[in-house]
Amino acid sequence: MPRSALSAASLDLLICHSCGQLSRAAPGVHEAACARCGAHLHVRKPNSISRTWAFLIAAVIAYIPANLLPVMETGSIFGSQSDTIMSGVIYLWTSGSWPLALLIFFASITVPALKIISLVYLCLSVQFRSNWRPKDRARLYRVVEFVGRWSMLDIFVVAILVALVQFSALATIRPAPGVLAFATVVVLTMFAAQTFDPRLIWDNLDKKHA
Amino acid sequence: MQATPIIACHECDLVQREPTVPADGVARCACCGGELFRNQPDALDRSLAYTLGALILFVIANLFPICGLLAQGNLIKTTLFGSVLALWDNDMRLVAIVVFFTTILFPGAEIAAMLYLMLPLRFERVPRWFAQVFRLRQAVRPWGMIEVYMLGIIVALAKLAHIADVVTGYALWSFGGLIFLLAAAAARFDARVLWIRASLYHA
Repeated sequence: MPRSALSAASLDLLICHSCGQLSRAAPGVHEAACARCGAHLHVRKPNSISRTWAFLIAAVIAYIPANLLPVMETGSIFGSQSDTIMSGVIYLWTSGSWPLALLIFFASITVPALKIISLVYLCLSVQFRSNWRPKDRARLYRVVEFVGRWSMLDIFVVAILVALVQFSALATIRPAPGVLAFATVVVLTMFAAQTFDPRLIWDNLDKKHA
Repeated sequence: MQATPIIACHECDLVQREPTVPADGVARCACCGGELFRNQPDALDRSLAYTLGALILFVIANLFPICGLLAQGNLIKTTLFGSVLALWDNDMRLVAIVVFFTTILFPGAEIAAMLYLMLPLRFERVPRWFAQVFRLRQAVRPWGMIEVYMLGIIVALAKLAHIADVVTGYALWSFGGLIFLLAAAAARFDARVLWIRASLYHA
């Protein structure tokens, strides 16, 4: 689809993300207050790419302990055992609950990794002024924004297990440091997705901006 | 100047005429396919009804135990807040805070904000701090994760079913309903209609 130069930015219009109203700005002015609701307006999210990179790099760093450190410890009269996310998945797989194993593997390991890779790709494609399949990149961004929350699954599972099995005579389950690293990854990747401005994907296609 | 039918896409910034969509239809951006708005008949009434229902289920989901474990004659139950406390007591305070925010505080704030915005509008009044509360609801929304928590309950119970008898509580069922009502309320929550009404009644 050929894109004309009619982006709001090229017409010195700022869109309000709160109420949707378009406000006119003086040429070259990049911020304003919304005429209707008073929200702070920006032509593009400020420093979108560098902020997204910062969150992404932090997320990659936290991703390592999130996967290597145990997320919970199970203690019973037979001794204690630490589980990482992956060993939990393997346990579920070998004990026959393969649908659960797949679910956790997907939500906890695949989704955060794919999310980080996708955002890295989106950032790079904007920085290298790619014109390649912008509509699919916009779609990719929407998917990344939508699925990110589901990675919290394992944190909640641990929270419920700990609450239920802490005073039991059978065993005790305690959270282990991996949970903190894992929650950090989820929160950081969500921030990364929020700070990325999908309009940047289209700016290269607008002749006026090129 | 509400009559100007010119809008811009939030996702790709394309300026376009507001398209006409049939009832219950979704207006999509001509360029990137992103959602521009939905045309929903009775958006305010329906969204308000769903939100009121969600409020009731939210209260039940928080007051009653979600599930329990029957082990050697003892029944151990936990509530939503109980799972937060369990993390806090085990020195996972930051994680406890994250769980508290994503499952109790933010969903609760979302429901409260929607009621605060829509209930007065329903009676042709604009509440104070309309814009601020609107923005608060928008900021909080991506961080409410009750549906993920629900899946977490199911996974945890499936894991424990091997070693002990699992009992479900009232809160579990209200949780299930809450997810649908809150999703329905949010889907019907029509920012366009609210802002048009707000500026109408303000004058």
